[in-house]
Amino acid sequence: MLTDTAVVFSRELRPTLRNPFTIIISMVQPLVFLALFAPLLPGSDSLRWFVPGIVVMSCLFAASMTGSNLLFEIQTGSHERMLVTPLRRPALLIGRALKEIVPMIAQAALIVVVCLPFGYRLDVGGALIGLVVLAGFCVGIGALSYTLALASKHQEWLFWTVQQTLLFPILLLAGVLLPLDGGPGWLRALAAWNPLRYVVDAERALFTGDIWASTTVAGLAAAAIVATLGLVVGVRAMRRSA
Amino acid sequence: MMETRGLTKHFKDVRAVDGIDLTVARGELVALLGPNGAGKSTTLRMLTTLIPPTSGTASVAGFDVVRQQRQVRQRIGYIGQGNGAGHSQRGRDELTSQGRAYGMSVRAARQRAAELIDSLGLAEVADRTVATLSGGQRRRLDIAMGLIHAPDLLFLDEPSTGLDPQNRANLQEHILRLRAEHGTTIVLTTHYLDEADSMAERVIVIDHGRVIADDSPARLKAEHVGDTILFGFDSEHEAARAAGVLRGRELNAYGKEVKIRTQGGPRQVPGMLEDLRSAGLPAASVEVTRPTLDDVFLQLTGRSLREGGAGREEESTRELVEV
Repeated sequence: MLTDTAVVFSRELRPTLRNPFTIIISMVQPLVFLALFAPLLPGSDSLRWFVPGIVVMSCLFAASMTGSNLLFEIQTGSHERMLVTPLRRPALLIGRALKEIVPMIAQAALIVVVCLPFGYRLDVGGALIGLVVLAGFCVGIGALSYTLALASKHQEWLFWTVQQTLLFPILLLAGVLLPLDGGPGWLRALAAWNPLRYVVDAERALFTGDIWASTTVAGLAAAAIVATLGLVVGVRAMRRSA
Repeated sequence: MMETRGLTKHFKDVRAVDGIDLTVARGELVALLGPNGAGKSTTLRMLTTLIPPTSGTASVAGFDVVRQQRQVRQRIGYIGQGNGAGHSQRGRDELTSQGRAYGMSVRAARQRAAELIDSLGLAEVADRTVATLSGGQRRRLDIAMGLIHAPDLLFLDEPSTGLDPQNRANLQEHILRLRAEHGTTIVLTTHYLDEADSMAERVIVIDHGRVIADDSPARLKAEHVGDTILFGFDSEHEAARAAGVLRGRELNAYGKEVKIRTQGGPRQVPGMLEDLRSAGLPAASVEVTRPTLDDVFLQLTGRSLREGGAGREEESTRELVEV
């Protein structure tokens, strides 16, 4: 399973490594958010709150795009060819999802470095655990995005419509850009059902070194649930719709 | 090597494959021939574990396609209708990762990739991205991908569709050589009549999801159609009298011509000419038409395979004898 995942992952990553320009381009967006949005936040401690959110947002965007590269490969036939190989089905999902978020680690590191002069301090140990939580969550999102691509193989617009429609509510209901605390009760009730919300809270705690907090456990649980759900749904979709 | 019993696939109300029984022995080269939408590709997709059958069973390379998918996948090669290699990838990289997908070590996969690049004439393009290759080059790369793990059983879905005649001939040559060198069992689908005719020693004709004939091309033609002999005469009167002299499975006089359907046409013509001359009815011209697989299909279904737009380039083989 590990080898299979590594095979898929390295295959997916290879064109990116051969042409790293795309990674450089993808680095720009979170920096834009950081530069133009973070100054609007009140309080001197806003970076501590905002940086983990931006990292989570980048990963969510990237993971939700897993299926878009797949759509093209479904159309050309190379996805079909992969399905006929003995590669384990979950490895196809995990390998592809990880390929989307690994460049995000470079991105996160860049964000942290850029913020250092402004007094931002990161707890490395906590951040590493944070990455594991985030990777779990993103594998789930990636697998769901993969499933969505399989479902919309004959109608590409469906993929983009669903992806865009879901992405922003998930993002806004997680308190990534603005705190939810001051929001109305119905909004906070909705947010309570959003797994990303728990992941973001956990990342905020972990990035500051608050490892043994209940928020960490909640984030880990949310990530595990999303990952399991994504893999189960994804493997089923692969078996049925190839 | 492969056996199916009552293999069936329904898509909603469509019976794409409607109870197919097939047995393919080790080392055979079998062509599934039929018009577009006949169920050839769906059959192949079930045999390669891509889609589960609605009912029926299939055992491929000794394993069940539903319960033992991994074992089946390990033993077969599949070259689909599309391009197996990702367009943003380089050919050599794809070959190596394909080898890794079949459990080969990095070193073994690299070595095997290099071998195949050589033998399929891809050396010059293997390190370019797949998107920049020509159709023929991509197809050869697909073949290489399907062969990376030297499978005992190879499935090809419409391997030469979209290729120009030269590339098709080249591809067919590669497939035949593969078989000669490694004894690989090959099952391919095609709607090119000449391809089925020249490559396969066994043609399985599929229509509406069912097998309607299964034999060697020569036997299919002899059994279902036979040769057509067309005698021309100087007058309608002579033609009508000649129809009384000649014998054959089906015999008809049209105007100044007599048309006979029979087996072994070219061998019968000299004797017939002799008979006509002794009866004082010398033929003005003779034409012998050997049947094509399209004629077989027409005879079996009442429709031409070419009506579907396929197999247009095949001309019937004519042997014209001037007298």
